[in-house]
Amino acid sequence: MSDWGMQKAALAERLAAGDQHAKGKMVPIANLPAFLKAVIRSGDRVCLEGDNQKQADILASALANLDPRDVHDLHMVQSGVVLPSHLDIFDKGIARRLDFSYSGPQSARIARMLFGRKIELGAVHTYLELFARYFIDLTPNVALIAAVSADKDGNLYTGPNTEDTPTVVEATSYKNGLVVAQVTEIVDKVPRVDIPGDLVHFVVEAGRPFYVEPLFTRDPAAITETQILTAMLAIKGIYAPYGVRRLNHGIGFNTAAIELLLPTYGERLGLKGKICTHFALNPHPTIIPAIESGWVDQIHCFGSEVGMEDYVAARSDVFFTGPDGSLRSNRAFCQTAGLYACDMFIGSTLQIDLDGHSSTVTTSRIAGFGGAPNMGSDPRGRRHPSEPWLKAGAEADPDSNAALRRGRKLVVQIGETFGERKAPLFVERLDALDLARELKLDLAPVMVYSDDVTHIVTEEGIANLLMCRSKDEREQAIRGVAGYTDIGRARDAKLVEQLRQRGVIQRPEDLDIDPLDADRSLLAARSIKDLMLASGGLYRPPSRFRNW
Amino acid sequence: MTTAKADNVSLSWYEASARQRIDAFVDAGSFAELIGPELREMSPHLAIFDLPEQFDDGIVVGRGRLDGVPVLVAAQEGRFMGGAFGEVHGAKLTGLLRAARALHQDVLILFDTGGVRLQEANAGELAIAEIMRAVIEARRAGIHVLGLIGGRAGCYGGGSLIAGTCSRLIVSEQGRISVSGPEVIETNKGIEEFDSRDRALVWRTMGGKHRYLIGGADAFVDDEALAFRQAAIDALKTMRGCDVAVLEAEQKRLERRLQRFGEAADAVEIWQALGIDQPTGIPALPTAAFLRAASNRENADDAR
Amino acid sequence: MEKLSFRLTAPRCAGGTRTQAIVGVVASGNLEVLLERASPADMCTIDIATAAHGFGAVWDAVVRDFVARRSAGGLRISINDGGARPDTVALRLAQGVRKIEEPER
Repeated sequence: MSDWGMQKAALAERLAAGDQHAKGKMVPIANLPAFLKAVIRSGDRVCLEGDNQKQADILASALANLDPRDVHDLHMVQSGVVLPSHLDIFDKGIARRLDFSYSGPQSARIARMLFGRKIELGAVHTYLELFARYFIDLTPNVALIAAVSADKDGNLYTGPNTEDTPTVVEATSYKNGLVVAQVTEIVDKVPRVDIPGDLVHFVVEAGRPFYVEPLFTRDPAAITETQILTAMLAIKGIYAPYGVRRLNHGIGFNTAAIELLLPTYGERLGLKGKICTHFALNPHPTIIPAIESGWVDQIHCFGSEVGMEDYVAARSDVFFTGPDGSLRSNRAFCQTAGLYACDMFIGSTLQIDLDGHSSTVTTSRIAGFGGAPNMGSDPRGRRHPSEPWLKAGAEADPDSNAALRRGRKLVVQIGETFGERKAPLFVERLDALDLARELKLDLAPVMVYSDDVTHIVTEEGIANLLMCRSKDEREQAIRGVAGYTDIGRARDAKLVEQLRQRGVIQRPEDLDIDPLDADRSLLAARSIKDLMLASGGLYRPPSRFRNW
Repeated sequence: MTTAKADNVSLSWYEASARQRIDAFVDAGSFAELIGPELREMSPHLAIFDLPEQFDDGIVVGRGRLDGVPVLVAAQEGRFMGGAFGEVHGAKLTGLLRAARALHQDVLILFDTGGVRLQEANAGELAIAEIMRAVIEARRAGIHVLGLIGGRAGCYGGGSLIAGTCSRLIVSEQGRISVSGPEVIETNKGIEEFDSRDRALVWRTMGGKHRYLIGGADAFVDDEALAFRQAAIDALKTMRGCDVAVLEAEQKRLERRLQRFGEAADAVEIWQALGIDQPTGIPALPTAAFLRAASNRENADDAR
Repeated sequence: MEKLSFRLTAPRCAGGTRTQAIVGVVASGNLEVLLERASPADMCTIDIATAAHGFGAVWDAVVRDFVARRSAGGLRISINDGGARPDTVALRLAQGVRKIEEPER
C-alpha cells in the first residue's frame, strides 16, 4: 500500500522546512519566528509546554508573534494556561480551540475570552485525563517544550522541574510529531539525560532560564488561628484514627498549617511514625520542619518549587533525585501515585454545596483543575488493602462481606466557613452551574464530586460523610459544620445533635480540643525566615517572600 | 527578686501586638496603662471618613518597671492604620514624654509606624514636631529615650524622625527604619531606582542589619521580646549626653559617612567598603555570626 | 460604620476579678473586643461598630451563641470591627472572656 507512511513523510517535510533555519538541531534564536512559521501548519494540534510551574515562555512569545495570515486555527492542548502569551495566541486568531487543565493566573481573562467566544473550549481536564488523551485522540502534531540545557544531539536536562515534559515528548515524538525545545544553554554534556536526543528535533538556546511560578510557597506568617484550629481537628480527628501514612496535601494555608503542626502538636499526640510518612507532594517549603524532625520517609514530586532546589538535593533520602543530585519530578507518575498509592487527599476549595460537590469556579474566574480531582477521587481500579482504606470502606458500608467490600480513599475538604472577603464556603448552588449554562457546557466544572468526598473539616468541626445513611443526613452533616453561613444557620439543630451523638459530626470539644489553644505558637515555623533557618540555609526563598 | 523578671516565654516581636510586646517586655505584672481603652479617647477624625476607630487610638502608654527600675513605656500598634500618628495617638506620646521629665523616669518607645495618618495629617505632623521637642527636652533633663524597632510596619516617615532624636535605638533584623517608604521612593524615582516589591532590596536598604552597620541603630537583637528587654536594660546603663558637642560630633560622622559611602549604588557595596568578608552573605547570617561580621560597623553616639 | 446593640440574658456570670480586658486589634478582617464589668450579673450587653454593612443577622447568631455557651453575665462588651469573619469574632469573644477571668497578679 503506497499510502502507508504518510505521517513519517509529513514529519520529514517539517524537518526539511525547519532545517532551512537551523544548524543541525540548533535554531539560532534570531531565526525563531521564521522557523516556527516554517514548521507549524494551520490547523495543527500544538502542545505548548505550559505546566503547573515551568513555562516554555520564549516559544510561547514567538508563537504569539506569528502572523495569523500564515498560521491560524491551531488547536492548543496544554495542561497549564499560565502566561499572558498563552491567551494572546487566541486573541490574535492564531489558535482557535483549547483543551487544558489549569489556568490559575489567567483565570479571569480566560473566562472573559470564553464568554467572548475568542476560545472554542474542548474541555477542562484533570491532569491524568489530558495526558491520557495525548495518547488517544489529542496527540500533538507539534510540541514546544522547555528544559534547562541540551547537548548538540538534543539530549535534554530538565533540572528539578521535569514535570510534564516526558509525557508530552512521548506522545508527540513517537507518533511522528515534531518536538522543539527551548533551553537555557547548550552544553557539551548534560548533567543527566531527562529526554533522549532521538526524540527532540530542534533546540533553541534562550540564553536565560524558563519562567517558573513559585506556586507552593505559603508564608507561615499568614496562617490564622482559625486555620490552625482546622489543622488540629484534621490531625486529631482524621489522620490519627485512620492512621493515614500515605497522602497528598493541597496547597492551601490549612494544609500548610497541618505540615507545620506535625513536629509540635503531632509530636505531642505521639503520632510520629504513625501518620504522614509517605507523600505525593511538591516540595512545599512548609514541610521542611517535619522532614528535619524525622517525620517523613519519602516524597515523590509533581514538579519542583522555586528556592527548594538545594534543600531537595541535600535530602535525597527523602526525595527522588538523579545522578546529578537534583530533584527528578514527573507530573504523570506523581498524579498516578497520588491516585492509586495514597490513602488520603486533603485540600481546600472555594464552594461546597449541600450534596458535597465542590468547585473552585466562580462566575468570573475559571481556574481549571490542579492536582485535586485526580487525587481527590476514589480509584475504582485499586486492589491493595491498607488500614485507612479498609476502615473507610467499612464505615461506608458496614453490613457487607468484608472480603468483597471495596475500601474507600479518604477525600477531605478542609477550610474556614467564610473565605476571602467573607465569601461563604457553603452554598445552595455552585457558581459552576451558572457558568456551565452560560457557556453551554455539558458538564459543570466540579473539582471533587460528592460521591468522592468523605470528610469536611471546618473550624466548627468534622463531618464524616461516610457514616451518613441518607441524602437528608448528608445535608444536615454538611450544614452542621457550615458555621454562621446561611447554609449553617438553616440547619435542623435536633438532627445535627443526633448526628453528633453518632459521631458523624465531631466538635472540637468532642475531640478534647480547646479552640483557644489554636495559637500561632504551635507552628513549627512562623515565618519564611524560620523555614530557611530550619533548612540549615539550604532553602533560598524568592525575594518576594523575604523580610530580611 | 520575682518582680524584676519578665514572663519567660519566647515571643516574636515582629508578630506580637503592642500589648503583647509590653507584657513580655517589662517586669511581669508591673505595667499600668494610662488613658486606657476604657476611657475611649479615640480619634475625632476617623468617623468623618467612616473608618473604624480603636479604643486606644493605636498606641498604648503607661508605666512599668524594667529590671526593677520604674520606666515609662509607649507601644504603637502597627496593625491599626499602619501604626500611623494621629492627633490623639500623638498627644498620648507627647504627654508621656512630658511626664517623664516631671517624674525623671526613662522612656521606651516601641515604634511600629508608617508615619503620619493621612486622614488627620495636619494634626499628625504637629504631633511629630511636639514629640521631637518633648524628646529633646526630656533628654536635656538627663532622661534616656530609647527607641525599639522590630514591628511589621517598621519605623517610617515622622516616626523615623522621632527615632532620630532618641538617645539609643535597638533594632531587630525585621525592623525597618527610613523616612520614605519603598512605595514612595518607587513612585517618585521610578522602579529602576527602587523596586518596592523586591523585598530583599527593601530589607538590605532599610532593614535592621543595614541600619546597624551604618550607625543608624545602636544595638541589634533577635526578634524576641526578651532580647529587646535585655538590650534595653543594658542601654539604660550607658552614658547620657545630649549637648552641642554630641550633635557636632555626630554631624561630622555623618559627613564622613557620606564621603565614604555616598557613591555606593547598593547596600552590599557599603558592606564591602566596611571590610566585611562576604558582604552578599550578610542577610542570611544568624544574629551571633552577624554581630561578629559587624565588628567594623559605623558607630553613632547618642544621635544619628 | 454600622452600629449594632444587643442586650441578652446570660445563663452564666463571668468569673474572676479583673475589671476589664481587651483583645484583638482593629485591622482588615480583625476586630478588638473590650470587656468591662458593667452589667447586672445575668445580663450581657454587646455594642458593635462594624465597617462591614449588612451582616446584622450573622452578628445576631454569633453573639447569641457566645452568650449561651460562654460565661458572659455581668459583662458590657464593646467591639470595633474591621470586617472580621464570624469565626474570628467568635474566637475573639472567647479569648476576651478567658482574659477577664484570668487571675490577677
